[in-house]
Amino acid sequence: MRSYLVRRLLLFIPLIFGITVVSFGVMHLAPGTAADAVTEMNLKVSVEAREKLVKLYGLDKPWYVQYARWMGRVVRFNFGASFKDDVPVGRKIRDRIGNSILLNGCSLALILLIAVPLGVLSAVKKGTWVDRGVGVFVFVGFSVPTFWVALLLMILFGVQLGWLPISGLHSLDYEEMGFFARRWDMARHLVLPVLVSSFTGLAGLSRYVRNGLLDVIRQDYIRTARAKGLPETQVIFKHALRNALIPVITILGLSLPDLIGGSFIFETIFAYPGMGRLGFEAVMSRDYPVVMAVGTLAALLTLMGNFLADVAYRWADPRIREGSL
Amino acid sequence: MPRIFPRVAFVVSLPCALLLSACRREPSFSPTAVPAGGPADGDAYVSASLGDASHLNPVLATDSASNEIVGLVFNGLVKYDKNLHIAGDLAESFETLRGGREIIFRLRPGLRWQDGLPVTSDDVRFTFEKLTDPSVRTPFSADYARVDRLETPDPLTIRVFYKEPFAPALESWTRGIIPRHVYGTGDFNGHPANRRPIGTGPYIFVEWKSDEKIILKANPDYWEGKPHISRYIFRVIPDAAVQFLELRNESVDTVSLTPDQYKAYDVFFRSYNKFRYPSFSYTYLGFNLNRPLFKDRRVREAIACALNKQEIIDGVLLGMGAPATGPFPPQSWAYDPGVKDFAYDPERAKALLAEAGWTASKGDGVLYKDGRPFAFTVVTNQGNKLREMTAVILQSHLAAIGIKMNIRIIEWSSFLHNFIDPGNFDATILGWSTGIDPDQYVIWHSSQRGPGKYNFVGYANPEADRLLEEGRREFDPARRRDIYRRLHRILHDDLPYLFLYYPESLPVVHKRFVGVETAPIGIGWNFNTWYVPKTRQKYAVQ
Amino acid sequence: MNFLRRFRRNRGALAGAVLIAALALAAAAAPFLAPSPPLEQRLAERLAPPSSSHWMGTDDLGRDVFSRALFGARVSLEVGVVAVGIMAIVGVSAGLAAGYLGGLADMLLMRLIDVLLCFPTIFLILMVIAFIEPDIKNVMVVIGLTSWMGLARLVRGEVLSLRERDFILSARGLGLSHARILLVHLLPNLASPVLVSATLGVGSAILTESALSFLGLGVQPPQPSWGNILTAGKDYIHIAWWLSLFPGLAILATVMSFNLLGEGLRDVLDPRSGE
Repeated sequence: MRSYLVRRLLLFIPLIFGITVVSFGVMHLAPGTAADAVTEMNLKVSVEAREKLVKLYGLDKPWYVQYARWMGRVVRFNFGASFKDDVPVGRKIRDRIGNSILLNGCSLALILLIAVPLGVLSAVKKGTWVDRGVGVFVFVGFSVPTFWVALLLMILFGVQLGWLPISGLHSLDYEEMGFFARRWDMARHLVLPVLVSSFTGLAGLSRYVRNGLLDVIRQDYIRTARAKGLPETQVIFKHALRNALIPVITILGLSLPDLIGGSFIFETIFAYPGMGRLGFEAVMSRDYPVVMAVGTLAALLTLMGNFLADVAYRWADPRIREGSL
Repeated sequence: MPRIFPRVAFVVSLPCALLLSACRREPSFSPTAVPAGGPADGDAYVSASLGDASHLNPVLATDSASNEIVGLVFNGLVKYDKNLHIAGDLAESFETLRGGREIIFRLRPGLRWQDGLPVTSDDVRFTFEKLTDPSVRTPFSADYARVDRLETPDPLTIRVFYKEPFAPALESWTRGIIPRHVYGTGDFNGHPANRRPIGTGPYIFVEWKSDEKIILKANPDYWEGKPHISRYIFRVIPDAAVQFLELRNESVDTVSLTPDQYKAYDVFFRSYNKFRYPSFSYTYLGFNLNRPLFKDRRVREAIACALNKQEIIDGVLLGMGAPATGPFPPQSWAYDPGVKDFAYDPERAKALLAEAGWTASKGDGVLYKDGRPFAFTVVTNQGNKLREMTAVILQSHLAAIGIKMNIRIIEWSSFLHNFIDPGNFDATILGWSTGIDPDQYVIWHSSQRGPGKYNFVGYANPEADRLLEEGRREFDPARRRDIYRRLHRILHDDLPYLFLYYPESLPVVHKRFVGVETAPIGIGWNFNTWYVPKTRQKYAVQ
Repeated sequence: MNFLRRFRRNRGALAGAVLIAALALAAAAAPFLAPSPPLEQRLAERLAPPSSSHWMGTDDLGRDVFSRALFGARVSLEVGVVAVGIMAIVGVSAGLAAGYLGGLADMLLMRLIDVLLCFPTIFLILMVIAFIEPDIKNVMVVIGLTSWMGLARLVRGEVLSLRERDFILSARGLGLSHARILLVHLLPNLASPVLVSATLGVGSAILTESALSFLGLGVQPPQPSWGNILTAGKDYIHIAWWLSLFPGLAILATVMSFNLLGEGLRDVLDPRSGE
């Protein structure tokens, strides 16, 4: 197994390289340049000024030259500065990545907390109305456009009831608050986004747990345990669940990139200063240093997540670990 | 089956309930007369923006978010007063000599930057240097490249020499002046001061949380007097629907509304005052004059007569706009009120088209010429609801006289690069936001045709050219006005664009702010004198 | 017909199937059912609340929302089905090729999938749509081409496990051609996971279209799709709640139906989930 894993790790390098080439190429095939947002259809900006800007951004060179320059900087860990506001890309990411991890981390935690018990419940009570009820509940979340639900909840909790703030991450007087007041303030702002985000993400995991558990329950060793007269709770929790949860680890690993990704539709609605909006706005304004950095980061995390999930899976399944498979 | 319905019913009734229920929360107070006691200091003013700022530097920034902040932190040499006349800002006086070939500005004595250092003419020179520096990423160099040289004989005097008189020059000097001692060292484009500006203006920069908010505080030493409102908070809320919800929640103090929102239930606006004033912009249907279809002026006039403009204004703008007859809005001195618009007359339209060879020969309601139907495509950019609605209405009016108009809505960048710049379109619905100065040389002059330039409809009229050139050179207000009024009439008659409408700006401001007055320039012109009475202040600020 | 009996007993799948059938019928009959042409504007009646003449009210150009919703159903369903069709064709072919041919083909395809999966889906879609313009055909193709990877992996897994089964080995032993083995023996066994994937995929495609509409990159107005009616409606959410409520509910009901059907099919078709 070790040689397999080492090979997988080595494959990262050409993969990342390929991804960067593809992203760069696509960005440059897209019509328009970063200079546009600044200059277009503005009567005070002349054609000469626009051309000067294009040159200053280095956008007049063919794309492979630009790519080579970008690569040259990247290997020295210099991701360049955003075309939009000349802020170093690293700093832009740093300003926002904490927020994204916070939101997505809470969301993931909430999903785990709710989805796993729901999945177990569904599996154990398969076929009853509990199973169906849970099924419908999680599917509602899965079937609804997130921005619509977000707006509805904002209206209910923000405008009508006034319990929660509508958008943003901090209140206006955040700076004047004490330590605990600040934590409470952020928590209040996080309630709606985390709720919406987890509600729409519940379905996948809970169904996975349900189906995984159902598979395991039918295995021979569970029947043996029952035949031995062990109480049902012990059968489920000590034996079945442990094995059924292995795939959950896989899912967690695959969710690694979601920690920093996350829907920008979501962040747009909630005015949440996160990575999703950064990436989206960068794509739309052809801000390629940011797009490349965010894309490469996402790719790296995806690959790592896949890899870790694979490792966990193989290690947990003794058949693979021992090399018999 | 029955098991599923309760859940579904719940899901249906929840959104119904909360949307149908009347407002449960009362506004913060019932505004009556202004409490006595005169202006009070304190409170904060919260504005909302769809996008974050990019550079807080007047030399570099073009986006409206940056300019909102720059306008509060910096001053130019001159500014536009409430009646759209140029008045002194940092300059206490200015004069134009030799027909405009020289402009002298005299700075007010005792001006200081927000860090305490004195403002001198050298800072103006520095700003000018940066505006014309080829390595600086400023898009504004065009106007300043016309300067022959700039002299600073003493710390309070600036003499600007132009190779040729350039009337829009005064407007160009409304741009903010930046301090040499802050920006002079280091890379200008990526300078940290672009995120932490130091200016001369009524508000001082406090903090900028990326993609979230920018906070400014009142400048106690501002030369015109300290502003009463202690804090200016600029919040980034990227979705328009959410901005409206925050408004409803009284979490923002001002938002620019769409016509529908403006007319919404008055109960929403119990705590806000609504304002409206004509903006400096117009929306138009631009004909590609190089296309054989539109080369014939009669065809263009027919389209003008086939369109019931009032229906667009009533339908799209809900009456909050005026029909456009030319490139200058009615509040501009260049606007000629004597220019009469084409009347809505579909019969005349059909007659004109018949003259041009288009007839309903096949009896299917469509006009044909040489066997080909009258069909063309209007392109416009995605993301602008008003333009889309305008296109749809235009389409139906033209269909009524037998013209088939297709609509294509295209993503902005693709729209500009694949359609407008290369002249690859039949007609387009777009708008221009003009400055207050009526110079529109770059739109109409025959030399401005070509890829990437703004005369993308391909208009060329020697008399218009002459007027455009003269208008740029003439400083005498009366003569200048005559030139532009002639231009207004010519552009109306030549129909390179079908001018559609002048939209209005529709801002609301929370009722607790006293002193808000509409003027031709808008409402923010006296922001420094607005205040909130002590008893109504919402945000406690030290 | 064991399948039909099990299908009928699975409430979820049944409910989903019935709803979808009703929807498809309504969509197909849209030109007859719709009270007014979906593009006809009556500016005098803009933003009118639901009434007997306009069951779902009118939008900001006075167009009847119910009619637009009916035609929007056609568009949304069409987008869903075609996108999934593309996804299925590409996904199954890739999965078959990788699983059956093995070796270099397998490795290349799997690495390609890895690379594509590294981009958040919506990112991929954005990048592509931003440079070809959004119209309904492009939207369908792009959604299809960005969602086939999961199915390909699934198919590959199934093929790998089937490849060594007795009936395949004996078919090879008998000298049957590869094509015949693929088409006649392998493909039918793939039917059930592909069907489940496809059903779930339609729901997902409809949601993706509405997300794209939110960004202005979905089906373009004035052609109605649920996504763009909902997006247009969200800006009026406080003034005209009906503009966003009905398309939102329609999307919810439809996607739920597809999900319930898909999950139900999974339960019914999975030979391992013995009752």
